[in-house]
Amino acid sequence: MAHEPILSGIGLSKSFGPIEVLHAVDVDVRPGEVHALVGENGAGKSTLMKLLSGYHQPNAGEVVLDGRPVRFPDSNAAEAAGIVLIHQELNLVPDLTVEENVFLGREPHRFGLVDRGAARRATAELLATLRTEVPVTRRVRDLSVSQAQMVEIAKAVSREVRVLCMDEPTDVLTGRETEVLFDLVRRLTADGVAILYVSHKLDEIMTIADRVTILRDGHKIGTFDVGDLTPAEMARRMVGRELADMYPPKPAVPDDAPVALEIEGLDVPGFVHGASLRVRRGEVLGIAGLVGAGRTELFEGALGLRPAHGSVRKDGRPVRWRHPEDAKLDRVAYLTEDRKAKGLLLGKNLRENVVLQSLERFARPFVHLRAEQQALEGAVEEFDVRVARLDVEAGALSGGNQQKIVLAKLMLTEPDVVILDEPTRGIDVGTKRQIYFYVGELLAKGVAVVLISSELPEVLGLAHRVVVMHDGAITGTLDGAGLDEETVMAYATGLRRDPPPATLESPRVHT
Amino acid sequence: MSTPETVAAPSWRARLRRVPWQQLTPLAGLVLLVIVGSLMHPAFLTSTNLFNVLTRSAFIGIIAVGGTFVIIGGGIDLSVGSMAAFLSGAMILLMNALYGGTISPVGVVLIGVGLVLGSGLLAGAANGLAITRGRIEPFIVTLGTLGIFRSLVTYLADGGTISLNFALRGVYRPVFYGSFLGVPIPVWAFAVVAVLGAILLHRTRFGRYVRAIGSNQEVARYAAIRVARVRTLTYVIQGLCVAIAVVLYVPRLGSASASTGILWELEAIAAVIIGGTALKGGSGHIWGTVVGAIMLSLIGNVLNLTSAISEYLNGTVQGLIIIGAVFLQRGRQGR
Ligand SMILES: Nc1ncnc2c1ncn2[C@@H]1O[C@H](COP(=O)(O)OP(=O)(O)OP(=O)(O)O)[C@@H](O)[C@H]1O
Ligand SMILES: [Mg+2]
Repeated sequence: MAHEPILSGIGLSKSFGPIEVLHAVDVDVRPGEVHALVGENGAGKSTLMKLLSGYHQPNAGEVVLDGRPVRFPDSNAAEAAGIVLIHQELNLVPDLTVEENVFLGREPHRFGLVDRGAARRATAELLATLRTEVPVTRRVRDLSVSQAQMVEIAKAVSREVRVLCMDEPTDVLTGRETEVLFDLVRRLTADGVAILYVSHKLDEIMTIADRVTILRDGHKIGTFDVGDLTPAEMARRMVGRELADMYPPKPAVPDDAPVALEIEGLDVPGFVHGASLRVRRGEVLGIAGLVGAGRTELFEGALGLRPAHGSVRKDGRPVRWRHPEDAKLDRVAYLTEDRKAKGLLLGKNLRENVVLQSLERFARPFVHLRAEQQALEGAVEEFDVRVARLDVEAGALSGGNQQKIVLAKLMLTEPDVVILDEPTRGIDVGTKRQIYFYVGELLAKGVAVVLISSELPEVLGLAHRVVVMHDGAITGTLDGAGLDEETVMAYATGLRRDPPPATLESPRVHT
Repeated sequence: MSTPETVAAPSWRARLRRVPWQQLTPLAGLVLLVIVGSLMHPAFLTSTNLFNVLTRSAFIGIIAVGGTFVIIGGGIDLSVGSMAAFLSGAMILLMNALYGGTISPVGVVLIGVGLVLGSGLLAGAANGLAITRGRIEPFIVTLGTLGIFRSLVTYLADGGTISLNFALRGVYRPVFYGSFLGVPIPVWAFAVVAVLGAILLHRTRFGRYVRAIGSNQEVARYAAIRVARVRTLTYVIQGLCVAIAVVLYVPRLGSASASTGILWELEAIAAVIIGGTALKGGSGHIWGTVVGAIMLSLIGNVLNLTSAISEYLNGTVQGLIIIGAVFLQRGRQGR
């Protein structure tokens, strides 16, 4: 390519305390290109982006803009130069409206007052180009995560942007929103904007990126033209070894395997109506559907995390879980899809986080710090958490490693039914594979697994049966063998719909 | 993760940074006050004076131990001063009514103490349940009960003063004025409450849950913690602590009136905050609160002993120190 790079980093290193997490990395972005950064969790992708956009200062090396070394004392300075970062974690103010967030700190003024009208019009236009239908006067608190992400993107492109850094932007987006985002990316690059793009979804990178830089443990492995690599080669270079099959073998569920969890006619007001399903020991039940179909709410309702009515049976015994603790005592555990807001105490250390849900095992009656520490060390080992020091706050971990801590916390309660809600969101391929094989081990132990996921390949790769939801109702329960994505999507979009199954033996008694 | 990091420091600096300065600030303040005090007046460093200071700090200190639980749990209790006044008044009336019957004076006092402790629990539970079951902001609920308790004591006293029967005073007096092994009883009580509070907060499941809830209630709920129950219990503990303070306070003056316990809520919250507990909840230490309570009463004492500043300005100095303490904490948190 003939273009000179707009922005480059030369020999960038970064340490947090005594630990260097990025070692002399070179990277450059050219106008009009999409440059992807890939690497395992904790490889330093977010850190590299933050160095380039003024959020962190490098310990060595320099940032070069238009051929001249620059130093951005903070992110505002970088934004003034047209370098904007969209964070991995949402960075909006929940109690402000969409419009107030988009123009936060640079509100248009007229006669000395904020020009609400102008700000609203501009925001509405931006959102229209992003085909995101949210009222500009709605509070961000009341948006879904994917809507909030679109607002975040709108906010970023509302400025004069020359280099747009996006850290796992599609993590929380639906397929359609991802398409919209890619359209936007193509428009921006056509205008000469450079895009730096982090994602764990390698197929996305194949679709959208021109070049890719691979990081491993803070070292740069190389920069390649995307056309020169297959996803498998990319994955191999990321993890430094050959990745065999992504999914464990799917052992057949024994015919006599008892039903572990059975939900019948569950209503979650406003979200789900009349949902019935069952999962047996040693079985993975996949839950597919579009974002907003009510998959999360269905299980939150069943587990006492939100109001619901209907019948639930655990191991054949009718149960009534009014509070998550009731479900925990019946050895049912739910992994939240929202690890930042519901899964982790970001300001607390790893030890306190990992034992939080099973504290009764460590405090009899007094907390036993050494046992907790051992539990943490065991979890770090078992889930392969990549962290240099164990005494850091949970918020200092990279996204994928945070997810492993949440999973470890859940498994310390020794559940025999686990409900995993988007368990691989923001997780690198190598770790995904570890989690899939971990699910395989759970099955061998006779655990029943419910897998809620928007990633169809993993649902198809793991699930014995797939329940598909559309608009708060179950549209079909499909046999996992020989199932393909098109069929699932037909049910997920409501194009196909099976009659409500009459297969559940006990007829409902209406009172 | 989004906080801008300063350039990494050489290792000695990194090590210095790992010292929990923030937790040591209150202690440093206390040491400073003692030094200032002893320089300003020779009588300051006598054991009589210091025990006097500690005894005075016991009321606020004990209440503040309860307040530490409430605040770490993400709540606030503004009603403690009025609650103390109401419990004092009710206790005196009850003991006076029982006196002269078949029960011995000691028995009367014991019944009074038992009833105050029970009522403290109930009053705290009322606050807690209104907040958790009624889903009302703690600030609003306890502002309401602040008014209610205050008016109840005024009503009981009929606008005047409720005085304890003289014979009972004689029996009850030692609880405040007596001492054990040379240390005044209220100081013992303060120490015991603080130690029990510290064990509960730092060494038990309950304490861990309180901190988890204060740092993120949703995370706690998803971790199968009974959030409402734990939060309610923090207010119950607060009520019990107020009752203990009342048990020590009544024999001091032998009376209660509409002005009993005025502004105690401010002093108690101040002690908690000076002690390094985050007002937004999630983290804090009982020993910090103890230091905070002692500091507040030391300030009064130093002003009393010296004539540099009028003792009427006690409130001003305390206020400045509270604001200063929070400012220092903020600075340390780096934002
Ligand atoms: N503020 C911080 N303090 C201490 N360590 C940090 C901090 N931020 C990041 N790290 C560490 O730096 C390393 C790189 O983290 P980074 O967030 O850049 O990884 P990543 O490649 O973006 O991972 P992921 O794919 O999980 O998002 C990790 O080991 C992480 O624990
Ligand atoms: Mg990252």
